[in-house]
Amino acid sequence: MSETDTVVEARRQMEICNACRYCEGYCAVFPAMAMRREFTGADLTHLANLCHGCKGCYHACQYAPPHAFGINIPQTFATLRAESYAEFAWPAGMGGLFERNGTLVTAVAVLAPVLALLLTMALADPATLYTAQSGVGAFFRVVPYWLIITLAGGSFGFALLAMGQGARRYWRGTAQKPITSPAPVAEAAFDILTLRNLGGGGHGCNDVDDSFSATKRWLHQAMFGGFMLCFAATTTGAIFHHFLGWKSPHAFLSLPVQLGFWGGIGMLIGTTGLLWLKTVTDPVPVAKKLLGGEYAMLGLLWLIAASGLLLLGLRHTGAMGVLLALHLGLVIGFFLVMPYSKMVHGIYRGLALLRHAQEKRAA
Amino acid sequence: MPDFTRTWDVLVVGGGNAALSAAITAAQAGASVIIAEHAPKTMRGGNSRHTRNLRALHPAPTDVLTDSYLEEEYWDDLLRVTGGRTDEALARMTIRASQHAPGFLRDCGVVFQPSLSGTLSLSRTNAFFLGGGKALVNALYRTAEKLGIEILYDTEVQEILLEEGFAREAIISWRGFPERIRCKSVIASAGGFQANREWLRQYWGDAADNFQIRGTPYAQGTVLKNLLAQGVQEVGDATQFHAVANDARSPMCDGGLAMRLDCVPYSVVVNENVERFYDEGEDVWPKRYAIWGRLIAQQPNQRAFAISDSQALHDYLPSVFPPLKANSIGELATALGLDAAKLAKVVADYNTAVQPGTFQGGKLDDCRTQGITPEKTHWARRIDQPPYHAHPLAPGITFTFLGVKVNDRARVMMSDGKPSANIFASGEIMAGNILGQGYLAGFGMTIGTVFGRIAGEEAAKLVRN
Repeated sequence: MSETDTVVEARRQMEICNACRYCEGYCAVFPAMAMRREFTGADLTHLANLCHGCKGCYHACQYAPPHAFGINIPQTFATLRAESYAEFAWPAGMGGLFERNGTLVTAVAVLAPVLALLLTMALADPATLYTAQSGVGAFFRVVPYWLIITLAGGSFGFALLAMGQGARRYWRGTAQKPITSPAPVAEAAFDILTLRNLGGGGHGCNDVDDSFSATKRWLHQAMFGGFMLCFAATTTGAIFHHFLGWKSPHAFLSLPVQLGFWGGIGMLIGTTGLLWLKTVTDPVPVAKKLLGGEYAMLGLLWLIAASGLLLLGLRHTGAMGVLLALHLGLVIGFFLVMPYSKMVHGIYRGLALLRHAQEKRAA
Repeated sequence: MPDFTRTWDVLVVGGGNAALSAAITAAQAGASVIIAEHAPKTMRGGNSRHTRNLRALHPAPTDVLTDSYLEEEYWDDLLRVTGGRTDEALARMTIRASQHAPGFLRDCGVVFQPSLSGTLSLSRTNAFFLGGGKALVNALYRTAEKLGIEILYDTEVQEILLEEGFAREAIISWRGFPERIRCKSVIASAGGFQANREWLRQYWGDAADNFQIRGTPYAQGTVLKNLLAQGVQEVGDATQFHAVANDARSPMCDGGLAMRLDCVPYSVVVNENVERFYDEGEDVWPKRYAIWGRLIAQQPNQRAFAISDSQALHDYLPSVFPPLKANSIGELATALGLDAAKLAKVVADYNTAVQPGTFQGGKLDDCRTQGITPEKTHWARRIDQPPYHAHPLAPGITFTFLGVKVNDRARVMMSDGKPSANIFASGEIMAGNILGQGYLAGFGMTIGTVFGRIAGEEAAKLVRN
C-alpha cells in the first residue's frame, strides 16, 4: 500500500487509539489494532477494510472533532478503503475508475439500459417487441437466448475474474498468511453473514446519530439477502432450462420466480432504506468524497430490483419487451462496473475478517 | 430560545454524569428541570467524557461484573487509598447505593461492555461503559431530552443568588448573553477547579503553569468558589489534587486518558538535575500511577524523564507520542536537554546495582537493585540494549479535592452547621466529603451517580411540598 496522506493520517489516529482503547468493545478493528504497536500501510489497509462503518467509535470518542486530535476513524478508514480498492483493482490501470465513481456508476446505469434498448430494437421484430407474448420462450422471442447468455454470462464472468484477481492482489498486498485450518474461514463466513461487526451483541450501531440501533444492519441484510435470492433465482432458472428442460416464463409460484420476487422485494427495501439512512445520518463521520459512488450503486441496485419486479408484473403485457431490455441492460451494466464500484467492499472486508480470525488464533 | 421568565423547579448546574443523573431523577419525579452546561454541545459532559467505568458493589456476578464485591472489601479499599480521610457514614451509604448505579444508568440507555482485557484489570470491581464516558454522556443527554428537560449549552453559571440561605435565581452567561434563571432549587454539579490555573497558583505558584489538565477546560470552580463565599461549608484540602504521570508533550488541557504513560515501572526516572527521586518499581502500576503525578509536580520545572531500552518497549501500553530514541545514553541525554555525562553515570550506576532475577512484567518480581539511592525494588533490569528510549513526563491533574460539605441527602451544609434549604450538590464538587485524598478507580463516577440520584430525588421532593 503506498504511503498516501490518508495512510499517514490513519496511522496518526491509530497511534492515539492504541494508547486509549476505550473502543475495544465495539468491533473487530480495535482488538486487531491492540495486537500491533506499529502500523504499516498494509496493517492500516487491513484495519480499514475490517471497519464496517458503524460509527460507534466516532460518537464515543473523547478526541473526535472539534478536539484538536480530531479522531474520525469511520471517515478516515472509508477513505483508506476506497484507496485500497483502487490500488488492488485489476487490470492494474483500472483503479482510476474509483475516482469520480458516482459519475461512472451513474453513466453505466443510464447508458447500459439505453444501449440494450437500442440493440433490442435493432434486432427484434417490432411486431414482437411491442405486443404481449406468452407461452414457452416468450422472453427469447424479444431477446434471443444466445445473446442473453453471451452478454450476461460474459459480463458476469468478467466481474468474477476481475474481482478474483483483486482479491488475490489484496491478499498478497496486505501480507496475508496461508489458510491452514477451516476454523478461521468458518468464523469469517459467520461474521459476514451475520454482520456481527455492525453492532453485534445486541446494542446495534450508531447508524444515524449517537443513539444505538440495528437499522443499518437489517437494511443491509435485506439488500444482501435479496441480492443473493435474485442470484439464486437466476441459477435455478438456468438449472430448470438446461437440466430439467423447463423453459421460462415460469409460473408465479415456481421456485425461480418466488426467489426472484422475494429477492427483489428485499433489495428494494434494503436499498431504499440505506439511501434514506445516508441522507439523515450525521455527516461528520462520513467520507463525503465517496458518497457519489455509494448513492449511485444503491440507485443502480434499486433500479435492477424495481425493473425486475415490474417485468414480473407486466410480463404478460406488451410492455414486457421494453422492460426485459431495460432490466437486462441494467444487470449487464452492473456486472461490468461491479469490480470498480462499492461492490468490492464485500470481497476485501471478507478477506479482512478472515485475516482477523487467523490473527486471533495466532495471538 | 429558552424561556428565562419562567421559574423552574430545579436548576442543575453542570453537564456531566452527576448533573445528568440528578436532572433525570428530578424530572422522573415530576419536577421541571433546566440544565446549565458551560461547554458547547460537542464538548459536553465535563470530566465524565474522559471516564471509562464505575465501581459497583455486587453480591454475585452480573453480566458486566465478575465474582462479587461486597461492602467490607469496598470500604477497606476506600480506607486504604484515603488513609482514613473519609466520612464513614457517607462512604458506606455510597457503597451500598453503588449496587443500583449500573441499573439506573442502563435504564438511561447506557450500554455496558462484557468484561474484556481492561487496561487495569478491573472487571471484578468496575463496570465498563461500552465506548467509554462520552458514550455514557450521550445516552444520558438523550434520556434527558426525552424527559423534556431544558438543556442549555454554552451556559456558564456565574453566581447563585442566595436570600437568607435560600437560592432563588442564578446569574448566567447564555451563549455570551447575560441572563437569569429563576428556580425553586439548585443542584450544583459543576465539578472542581482544576482547570483554573490562577486558583492553582495560589497554592502552587509558578509550578501551576506546568501542570497539564487532563480533563475538561470548563472545570473553573466558579460555582464552588461562589458557594464557599456565601457561607457554604468547605471540605477537602484546597491545595491537593489527583494527578498522574502524563506525557510532557500533551496538550495543556483536555488531553484525556491517552496522555498517561505506563512506562515508569520499566524505566529509571530522573528529573532535570539528572537525579533519580523515587523507587520506580515500588508496586504494580495500577497501585502507583496516581502518586507519580504528585512526585513529578515536586521536581524542578515539574519535569521528569523515563529512561529505558529496547527490551522494555513491549512491557507497557503504547504511547501516543513515540519515545525519543538514541543509540547511546549520551545522545539520548542531549536530545532531552540533559547533562550527558551525568545521565550516563546514573544509568551506569543503576546497571551496576541491578541484581540477578527473573523478570515478570505486571507482577511483583525479584528484579531489584542494591547499593543505590533510591533503590528500584522490582522490574530492575540493566538498561543496555540500544536503541535507548526516553519518555518526558509532566504532572497531569485529574481533579481537585476541595469541595462543598454535604449531608447524606446531598444537601449542602452551611457554616452554621445546618443543611441548606434548597441547595444540593453531586459529583466532583462534593467528592471530597468521601475522598479526602487518593483515588479508587471508577469511584468518582459512582459518587456522581449516587449523589446525583439523591440530589434529584430530594430536590423534586422539596418543590412538590
